[in-house]
Amino acid sequence: MTTTTKGPAPTQPTSSVKRVHEHIVEIVSDSGEGAQKAGQTYGAVSAKMGNGVWTVEIIPAEIKPPARSRAGASGIRVRVGSEAVTNTGDEADLVVALNEQVLFGRIEQKAYKKGTIVLLENKWANDPREEVRRDYAAALAEFERIGLDVRQVPLEEACQKVAQDVRVGKNMFVLGLLCYITCREMERAMEEVAFVFAKKGDKVIQKNQDLIRAGYDFGAQVLSTRYEIPPRKTEQRLMVLNGNQAIALGVMAAGIEMVAMYPITPATSVSHHLAGAFKNVGGVVHQAEDEIAAMGFAIAASYAGKTACTVTSGPGLALKTEFLGLAVMAEVPLVIVLVQRGGPSTGLPTKVEQGDLLAALYGQPGDTPKIILAPATIEECFHFVITARKLAEAFRTPVMILTDANLATGVQPIPRPVPQAEWLAPPLDQSPWQKGVTAYDWDADTGLSPRPIPGQRGGEYVLTGLAHTKKAKVAYDPDSNQTGCAMRSRKLAVFGESLKPPQVHGADHGELLVVGWGSTLGSIEEAVDRARKQGLSVSSLHLRFLSPLEPGLKEIFARFRKVLTVEINYSDAPDAPHTTKDNRRIAQLAQVLRTHTLMDIDCWSNVAGQPIQPGAIHAELVRRLGKSKGEQ
Amino acid sequence: MFGLKDDWELEIPERYFTLEDYEGGTARWCPGCGDLAVLTAVQRICRDEQLPPEKTVCVSGIGCSSRFPHYMKTYGFHGLHGRAFPVACGVKSRRPDLKVFVATGDGDCCSIGAGHWVHGIRYNMDMVVMLFDNAIYGLTKNQTSPTSPQGLSTNTHPRGAWLPPLNPTSATLGFANVSFVAQTVDWNPLHLYHTLKAAYHHKGTSFVRIMQRCPTYTEKVFAELQKDPSHLLLLTGGDNPELDAASLRMFPNQQAHDSRDLHAARRIAEQQDPLPIGVLFRDPSRPCYEDFTTVGLGMSAADKLRGLEREFDKFSV
Ligand SMILES: Cc1ncc(C[n+]2csc(CCOP(=O)(O)OP(=O)(O)O)c2C)c(N)n1
Ligand code: SF4
Ligand SMILES: [Mg+2]
Repeated sequence: MTTTTKGPAPTQPTSSVKRVHEHIVEIVSDSGEGAQKAGQTYGAVSAKMGNGVWTVEIIPAEIKPPARSRAGASGIRVRVGSEAVTNTGDEADLVVALNEQVLFGRIEQKAYKKGTIVLLENKWANDPREEVRRDYAAALAEFERIGLDVRQVPLEEACQKVAQDVRVGKNMFVLGLLCYITCREMERAMEEVAFVFAKKGDKVIQKNQDLIRAGYDFGAQVLSTRYEIPPRKTEQRLMVLNGNQAIALGVMAAGIEMVAMYPITPATSVSHHLAGAFKNVGGVVHQAEDEIAAMGFAIAASYAGKTACTVTSGPGLALKTEFLGLAVMAEVPLVIVLVQRGGPSTGLPTKVEQGDLLAALYGQPGDTPKIILAPATIEECFHFVITARKLAEAFRTPVMILTDANLATGVQPIPRPVPQAEWLAPPLDQSPWQKGVTAYDWDADTGLSPRPIPGQRGGEYVLTGLAHTKKAKVAYDPDSNQTGCAMRSRKLAVFGESLKPPQVHGADHGELLVVGWGSTLGSIEEAVDRARKQGLSVSSLHLRFLSPLEPGLKEIFARFRKVLTVEINYSDAPDAPHTTKDNRRIAQLAQVLRTHTLMDIDCWSNVAGQPIQPGAIHAELVRRLGKSKGEQ
Repeated sequence: MFGLKDDWELEIPERYFTLEDYEGGTARWCPGCGDLAVLTAVQRICRDEQLPPEKTVCVSGIGCSSRFPHYMKTYGFHGLHGRAFPVACGVKSRRPDLKVFVATGDGDCCSIGAGHWVHGIRYNMDMVVMLFDNAIYGLTKNQTSPTSPQGLSTNTHPRGAWLPPLNPTSATLGFANVSFVAQTVDWNPLHLYHTLKAAYHHKGTSFVRIMQRCPTYTEKVFAELQKDPSHLLLLTGGDNPELDAASLRMFPNQQAHDSRDLHAARRIAEQQDPLPIGVLFRDPSRPCYEDFTTVGLGMSAADKLRGLEREFDKFSV
């Protein structure tokens, strides 16, 4: 326990600087205390310095949870590294907590380890309310018991010296403090704050800069050790953004001009961003009366020759089901972004899960082949939208993009893309339709057909969800539906032929192959790298295409003794009561891969609502391989 | 696919369209079904207005009446049960140049699609919505619909429908931003034609409830109405089309009505016998949703690229 003394420190102790490869900080508070803004600015400063960064917001489920409550923990985690950072990492190194109760919320989520340094606001020790003083004291004892390195700090008192209203100023003070402790460049922080508050005017900028400086100066009194995370120098132009913003930019860059949606966490922020920015590239957001309407509206805009997209999460996908079937049946190009959250039902709206793969693949009645992509990084969130639009039009089909809450809210610097005019080109023109060509003039070999759009003379047809012939005529005969289904399935096979086998991360053969999809890429590869350094024979493979699957999987899997999927969705624990090898319900990708390869593929998954940490995966790898090594 | 020209408009050479240009094959409704009369009326309007078939889109849900697009030789979208409104709105959203007709049944619109009905009226996009009200679920064979009269025996309520029916006309007049509501009957081709034509000429969502005979399941429901014109009340004046003297003689009951008066319209809509027919309400000043959704339509590729660069700048470090 260091600085609890009142008044300025008599002398500025000079701190020693420790070089580290990476460092994770968290700011946790009640909601509304500005922790996220402070953390985002901290992340941006680090990115500008050339560090790898991953920022993730800690969001309570309620909008205004009660103050000083466990469930109300609100804040941000920033992982800064010398190299590129691809995930939120394991336990935090340093935490600034504005009250002790919110820390409990994070402890429950295993965010801290023994020795995590906690800079804890100490004003609660002298709170006029007895129960607050009692809770605070009890918490201190508990933190000590679990090994947190708590330093009680008079944050508010120190901040009061520069700010009139500490409620709004404390976050910038904390930012300054963190800049000192982790050797961030002050000019960058000043610039960033000037940028962030540009609209609010010089006075506000000045006030915030003063607060940062005060926090920075205060830093020396708090910790005797500073941390330096040397950045790698990069000449690349970077953008710092989260996955949903990347999707929104991807939508704009892909030449999509209509996004129809209904608000649902964690997908909504895509439309928030577009609502402001879309008009600058000539696009529009339609907030529909429900997800069904949003889907119908988007499909219809596409039918009318416009590029359209809908963005949703699990419960919304459930409502879009019937229209999704229609889009497949009637071969309407459409981009559907599914930002997965915890399920089933309303589930865990703000938390991470990869629980909708099977719903996306098979959730519609009848046979509904469609293309499904899963970006694994924020950069891919951007580029996959452009790819999805192209595929949707080339293959006259809906294309789904599955992301999750982890990608949606994680913030990372990515190379700034160079916009291409070709991305923006409209799908079709209005030239007269070629005589003799029908509305579904399926190429018998590929299933592909050109698409007439209203306005094209001679192309008049009635789009229908009923079984239909090449001429779009309703047909109940035995052959027509068989042919239609075959043609739509064929397109997927043809597209699959154009894909390359995925790259294996690590050796191309060995003991264990970890297979993942989506946001877990960074954590899986980090865990695999650690394990490989220890001499464990493990590699990994990450799928971007889930329908159709990338080719060559069986051959790759055959080069490993065991294949294990790591996923964030439900599977029975193998040793759970009543669970046998035969009835065990396994994770979703594992199910898909078993069917696809007829191989005995195992899974390791959970639905804790948290991104899977590299440390947890690593521990599992050691558990599995350590054992099998011993057996040999 | 990519890199094609981005100017959508094409000059249309002089063409003259006949009824045949809108006839898309033999309709397969039951003999005597009122749907056919509506189809004919719409084809005539298309011809009289010389609508290019390729610029006309008929949208429907699912039901007997929703087969409508298949019998037109225009573009069509025969979508999902209850979802004609969102589809029609989506078509219009970025293609204000297309003329849209919507065919929806009483089950389609007032039951499964009721949510979209409320909001579709509020969006007020420029289209003609025809509610084919046969007071029954026809396609699925005789189940109670929200407009079935209380006591009507159906396959789902063999001892008679339990509840009083919903009045689609008064309901629509209660929705926000409603701009055009009319009521007509399928068996008076003249009134049907003129009412639909008035609807076509209104900019905004023109909602027309058409009392539609279903000889197969609800013959009795409309028999009296059909036989004896004294059960009808012809609305005249206001936005109603002017009928000639001979036509007017067909209607023993007539009433001058100010169709700009929403309260008067709501009062009249409540009336069942005689049943008011004609334009109950019209307000051409209501905002249309496409005024917002078409923003940015003509933006050039160069401007889009510049806009994109600026959006990237916002995130750049
Ligand atoms: C989601 C869904 N539920 C149910 C049906 C079955 N269904 C088809 S048409 C219809 C009712 C049709 O009644 P209405 O809309 O009044 O049209 P009508 O046949 O009377 O013209 C129903 C229930 C369906 N096609 N889709
Ligand atoms: S069942 Fe009724 S509504 Fe359907 S086609 Fe026959 S007559 Fe017309
Ligand atoms: Mg009906």
